[in-house]
Amino acid sequence: MNISEKILALASGREEVAPGEIVDARVNVAMVNEITGPLAIEAFRKIGVKRVWDKDGIVMVLDHQVPADSVESAILHKIMREFAKEQGTRLYDVGQGGVCHQVMMEKGHVRPGELIVGADSHTCTYGALGAFATGIGSTEMAAVFATGKIWLRVPSTILVHVTGRLQRFVTPKDVILMIVGEIGADGAIYKALEFAGPTVEGMSVSGRMTLCNMAVEMGAKTGIINPDEASIAYVESRTSKPINPLRSDPDAEYEERLEFEVSSLEPQVACPHAVDNVKPVSEVEGTPVDQAFIGSCTNGRTEDLAVAAAILKGRRVKEGVRLLVTPASQEVYLEALKLGLLEVFVKAGAYVCNPTCGACFGGHMGLLAPGETCISSSNRNFVGRMGSPEASIYLASPATVAASAVTGEITDPRRLMAEA
Amino acid sequence: MIVKGEAVVFGDDVNTDVIIPGRYLTTLDPEELARHAMEGLDPEFPSKARRGVIVVAGRNFGCGSSREQAPLALKYAGVRCILAESFARIFYRNAVNIGLPVLECPGVSGMVSPGDRLTVNLAEGKVRNDTKGLTFQALKLPEFLLNIIKDGGLIEHLKRRLGRRGHV
Repeated sequence: MNISEKILALASGREEVAPGEIVDARVNVAMVNEITGPLAIEAFRKIGVKRVWDKDGIVMVLDHQVPADSVESAILHKIMREFAKEQGTRLYDVGQGGVCHQVMMEKGHVRPGELIVGADSHTCTYGALGAFATGIGSTEMAAVFATGKIWLRVPSTILVHVTGRLQRFVTPKDVILMIVGEIGADGAIYKALEFAGPTVEGMSVSGRMTLCNMAVEMGAKTGIINPDEASIAYVESRTSKPINPLRSDPDAEYEERLEFEVSSLEPQVACPHAVDNVKPVSEVEGTPVDQAFIGSCTNGRTEDLAVAAAILKGRRVKEGVRLLVTPASQEVYLEALKLGLLEVFVKAGAYVCNPTCGACFGGHMGLLAPGETCISSSNRNFVGRMGSPEASIYLASPATVAASAVTGEITDPRRLMAEA
Repeated sequence: MIVKGEAVVFGDDVNTDVIIPGRYLTTLDPEELARHAMEGLDPEFPSKARRGVIVVAGRNFGCGSSREQAPLALKYAGVRCILAESFARIFYRNAVNIGLPVLECPGVSGMVSPGDRLTVNLAEGKVRNDTKGLTFQALKLPEFLLNIIKDGGLIEHLKRRLGRRGHV
């Protein structure tokens, strides 16, 4: 069996499972944020069960609109706090956490070999540590709250094998954008994507998160990477709970194997208005931008801010362009502060925001006006995603976003840095 | 279970941000969500859907976020059923869980024009285009999903199970 099949077999108390089978699986951890949580709480109350199945199995995070940007948001936050207090579940309130997926990883709620469901589509990010993690909706989450169980169809798996050493300023984001372009927005519906190969093994946990995060943009149920020394070291530094890492057997079966060689890969850009409308940066260089955004569960980590700061150091954000930098969590914010990255951003004329989903989700902190163009390190460029339906969004790596903020037009970071 | 309605037709990759943009998700009122349903693609959609419609779409309907507000907005706007070539999986589960019928129906986009009268037999997975006089077969829903839809969604379904067994 491959890693996804092994985790689902374990979670459903079976020796073996095969793709296509429907299993009744036991959930290890369930996560909600303030956009999906209140609906789940409302549904939970309707079921008529008094207590959640396991208070320690539930993690609640306020992240999409923090601090509350409206009375409506404040009410959602209050509903979450009251439920956490009543049930004794863990809540990461304003100032304690940040973007839910980053918080789940940092606070040791993601462990290899476990089944995690989250009421947020980017829950698939946790595959970076070898957990099987997938997004679900609010009503389904209410049922998980009540029973600790969920039905799942065992997905078939596409093995994505990546080799080659990335060039300087070409990042895991460029790798996953290229893969999304190749597989397509519906190329992995109902399936698992297992990332492997020397390039993936050479990536930090942060880079692996970027890969797994965007699995859902291909319709996948999850993105997952076999745990290794690096990911286990990360987990053990974050939790003292026992772990049970599972790995794909050498003779595991896959529906398909895709091979990518990335040593000559150039920075990639997903053009409006589809995530799979991916082009090499050279084809869109020179496109003027009004806003640049560095942040989100895809690319708001220290490694992302560091590469952006390396480009912005000693440079200025172009007059007429606004650069928003949103660290993904309080921990990232503090690290960036200690490393002097925030100072680089402020001196360059960037606007540093508090940890939140913010501009990525189009809820607050940097919405777009009609006719505006944004280059963003986030994960979706759909019509209306970041504000006006008449705005355009280009997705790229934090390096490409930073370089574009400096020149005011989409720019290959390798070129900008070669000129220096 | 028979569902009837006029067809409203969309293309491929209809995503959750065009179905209901993030900036409206602070409300818990489904009627308010319904007023913005499909705003990113067709601002007139809520007035069209009010009389009760069947959405027909291409591949990957509902891709993007896990927001259950997307199927909720459609349901409360007046959508009675969605027929698509394929669905994004989270949207598909969410729709079933709130009792909004969804059927995977390969080839459907070529067989329906906007405004066609459709009759859908959910149990059999049969779709009849009454305007064009065509009948075609969708993928049948597994029985346990059909039962959730029949009960009006997962919560009602669970309550029934609870009522019968006294525990979940």
